[in-house]
Order: sequence, then structure tokens, then C-alpha cells
Amino acid sequence: MTPLAGNTLNALIRKARRSAKHSAFVLDIALDLPAGITILFGPSGAGKSTVLDCIAGLVRPDAGHIAIGEEVVFDTQQQIDLAPQHRHVAYVFQSLALFPHLTVEQNVTYGLAYLPAAEQKARAAHILEGFRVDRLATRKPQELSGGEQQRVALARSLVTEPRALLLDEPLTGLDAELKAAIVDDLRVWNAANKIPILYVTHSRDEVDALGERVIALDHGSVVSEGTPQNVLDAPRRKRLAQAAGFQNLLSGTVVDLRESDGVMRVHLNKTELEVPLGYARVGDPVRVAIRAGDILLAMEKPRGLSARNLLEGRLVSLEELGSIVAARVDCGDVFQVQVTRGAARELGLAAGGTVWMVIKTHSCHLVEN
Amino acid sequence: MEAMWLSIKLAACVAFILLALGMPLAYWLAYTKWRWKFLLEVIVALPLVLPPTVLGFYALVAMGPRGPLGALWTALFGHSLAFTFSGLVLASVLYSLPFAVQPLIVSFEGVDGKLLAASAVLGAGKWRTFWRVIVPLSLPGVLTAVVLSFAHTMGEFGVVLMVGGNLAGATRTVSIEIYDHVQSLEYAAANRLALALLAISFCVLTLVYGVNRRVRQRTWMPWTTE
Repeated sequence: MTPLAGNTLNALIRKARRSAKHSAFVLDIALDLPAGITILFGPSGAGKSTVLDCIAGLVRPDAGHIAIGEEVVFDTQQQIDLAPQHRHVAYVFQSLALFPHLTVEQNVTYGLAYLPAAEQKARAAHILEGFRVDRLATRKPQELSGGEQQRVALARSLVTEPRALLLDEPLTGLDAELKAAIVDDLRVWNAANKIPILYVTHSRDEVDALGERVIALDHGSVVSEGTPQNVLDAPRRKRLAQAAGFQNLLSGTVVDLRESDGVMRVHLNKTELEVPLGYARVGDPVRVAIRAGDILLAMEKPRGLSARNLLEGRLVSLEELGSIVAARVDCGDVFQVQVTRGAARELGLAAGGTVWMVIKTHSCHLVEN
Repeated sequence: MEAMWLSIKLAACVAFILLALGMPLAYWLAYTKWRWKFLLEVIVALPLVLPPTVLGFYALVAMGPRGPLGALWTALFGHSLAFTFSGLVLASVLYSLPFAVQPLIVSFEGVDGKLLAASAVLGAGKWRTFWRVIVPLSLPGVLTAVVLSFAHTMGEFGVVLMVGGNLAGATRTVSIEIYDHVQSLEYAAANRLALALLAISFCVLTLVYGVNRRVRQRTWMPWTTE
């Protein structure tokens, strides 16, 4: 799908944020979104929702410039600040905000008041069908399941033919299958309409499922931008690493640089890891992030492997988390390891036993503090 | 019977005016971010704690021929405002103001802000959001406001006595007539009227509590503290 000229969203937003719940910071962000889904990813309190509120016109930036397509909807220098109802931006809130006193059909036609009644009904019927909830038209929102409510909220927003769509974690609480089905319907809709969609989430799974473009936000600034692999697999900041599912965040000191091999050795508490070469000198403190699922377990010392880090340790605990088993291995430093249930069974993993951990150099990521 | 009819007429007028006046006032008080709004809230709440005679006294002075309101009224309509039905309505509106405005404010504030944001993003202006979202979701509060201002006006005594005096057919309400009967030791007649007033008040409050219990929305009552 090629983005049409004009179907873009440009935003330059600066806003000082004071909050009792989160630390105060200045939101300072420049977005340049083409048609299609862009994910705004970051830990909670990073300023993601504030960005959406500013674009929709619900919150006023201290300074900046927001243009949707050709039209400038906000600009501090030109003193333009359109009210939300004049921006033609659709916004699906995390709470969905369906009107509880109106039926599904009345909710969907709410944004079509400028059309004759028959036309309103026809458009509502069409979009409800597109999102597979046409049979629920006469129900009230509280009579619907979570997934149905989410579909109705999307239909209500998109029926107005918005110029951009803002989604604030709209699929939280749905299982993966249902999520994927709704996202597919959204993609089908957008293949025809081609508007920029800004999708806010703090869930790594959603990034993987949706990802075309990802913008990672933390403390109000863009920290990384690109494909999901680029952004999530090489997190540069500690908070982002935690959000991206790096269960192991280990502090250590650089003890040896091997520039020719492109690696360096980091001494943790008791153990040493070989990690990719980073911008550091011998003696510098660094943090290493490793996904629990990137660590292999073996019952005996493996031989003839390309992996550079082999660590012997004691299996401290095992915990079943659905289809995976989370293990804690103590080798002087404690590592979190995840294996499938089948693997745990076949290896005969038991707490108290001795295991070997195998970690590839490039599974170790350096993060900034 | 004349007195009973007069009381109902007065209460209905006051309830209607307070609804029309209270909705915009409550809307403004519920959503404004003006830093001095608490001063207006104090003024609205004042009749709750003020003795009716104090309010009635100042209303009477304002309505008198030398008061600003009385002078204006006389210039417009050719007769004085004090000791007339219109004067009574005016004073009662002031006196019952908190009973209409407070439940409306509490109801309006109780409407989820995200719904208002959703309405705006869907293209609705403030007027449409008010009538299509805020009012429908505040119906228990609107009902409470109407019923409380009606009931409170039905039962008022001090303000009526100060402003209205005791003119049969014009300003002699039920509560004044009950007082008259007691003064003349006509206990049976006083009892008939008192019982009727008691029955009306009971029914009205039963209605409010019943509806509010069913909808389970937060509503303000004069005897709830927040």
C-alpha cells in the first residue's frame, strides 16, 4: 500500500508535564507519520497518551506545530488551535468511552449528526458489518463482551472518515487470537482508507503483532525509531529494556576490550560475560540486558558450540507460567531463564540441580542507565 | 384549600425556574477552572445555613419601594414587588437555589470525562455534548433537583412570612395557614393541612430515593456530607 500524498500526520510537540504519579519531565517529540500503522511504544508514564491528547486537541501543548494532511490544526506561532471537534481525528481511548445510555447503532451514528438519518443508518450498518458486529446494533455497550466493545469503539471512530486515527492501548485485556483478528479487520479497513494510525502500547507482544514502524518513547523523548527488531531487540535504556521484556538486567564492569573480535568482557558479581563491543573503556560500569528466552539450558557442559558464554550454576527455582517454565539459575549471579514445558520435562529440570547456561554473545545487549 | 393550591403553584413555578437557571449555573460550576469559583459556590450554598428570616429580610428590603429591585419592578409594572406572588417566587428561587444546583453539580461532575472527550473528538460541540451526553447521564440528578426544590419551597415558612406577608389567595401558603390555625387554636384544621404536607413530602422523597437507588448514581442530598 502506497501512502497517498497528503495523508500524513506531522507533529512537533513540547509540553512540560508535572505529575504526582510520575516524575516530571518535558515532553519533546517530533513525529512524521505516513499512512499506515505506527506504534508508539514505551513504559507507562513515558508520555505516550499525552502525545495523543495533544494531537486530538484535548490537551494544549506549550509550544509546537501539528498538521494533519495539509491542514494545520495547531501552531503556537500562527496562534492556531482548533477545538477537538474540528480536527477530524478519531481517537479510541483505553477505556473505549462508549456512551452507556446509547445503543451500539446510536453510538456509531453519534459522529454523523451532519448527515440525514437514512444515510447515518446506512453508514453505521456498513461499518458495523466491516467489524463483524452488525448483529449487535440494538444492544447497549454494557451488554457486549470486551472484544465486541473494542470493535464497536473502532467502528464508531472510523465511520466519521477521520484523517488520522489515534489508538490508546485499545486492545488491552484481549487474548492474542482476538487481538490479531481485530487488527486484521483494522488493516483491511485501512488498506482502503490509507490514513496514518498512531497506536500506543506498552506491550511487546502487540508491537510484534502490529509492527511496521515503531517509535520508542521514554521520559518524553524519542529514544529509538525503526522496525520492531531494531527498536526492541537493541534497547538502549534500562526502562525500555524492562518494558521490552528483557528479564535479565545485570550490572557489571568492563574488564577487557577485544576490538578486533568486536567483543568485550564484562565482569558481573562472580561471573564474566562476553558481550558485543560497546562504547566503553576498561573499568567502565555497564548494564547488560538478556531475554530469559534467549538463554539455553544444558544438563552437562556442552562442547563444540559457537556460543561464547557457558556458565555453570545451581537451579534455584522453577515456576510454570502457562506454556513456559521460568527458572532461576544461580552461578554467583542470578539469571532468569525461560524454557518450554516440554523442554523442562525432557531435561528433567528440578530445583536444586546443576545446569549449564548457554548465552550467545549477541543475545547480550548493552543498555544505558 | 386555596392555600394548598397556592403552595403547589408557587413550588411548581420555583422548581421550573430553578431547573432552567440551575442547569447552566451548575454546568459552569462543574466544569470551569476559574480559580475564584469557590466564591460563587459559597453564595449558592449560603441559603443552606442562613436563617430564612435573614434571607427574607434582605429580600424584602431589596424589593421595597426604596430597594433597587423594588424600584425597577415598580417602574416596569406599576406596582410593588413585595407582598405579591411574583415577589414570593423570586425570594423562594433564591432560598431553594442550593437544592437545585448542588445535585446538578454532583451529577454533572460524575459524568466520565472520557465520554466528554469522546463526544468532542466525534465532532460534537459543547451544546450537543451537554444535551446528548451530560444531561441523559445526569437524569437522577435532574430529578433530584426538581423534586427537592419543589418540596423545599412547599414547606418554607420564614421567607414567605417576611416577603409575602399573609394575604389570602396571593401569599398565604399552607405553612402560613397552619401557623394561623394554631394561633387561633384550630388544631383540627391545622392537623388536616399538616398531615397533607407530611404526606406530600413523604411521597416526593420516596420517589427520589427509589429512583436513585435503582440507577445507582451518586446524587447530592442536603443531609449527605462529602
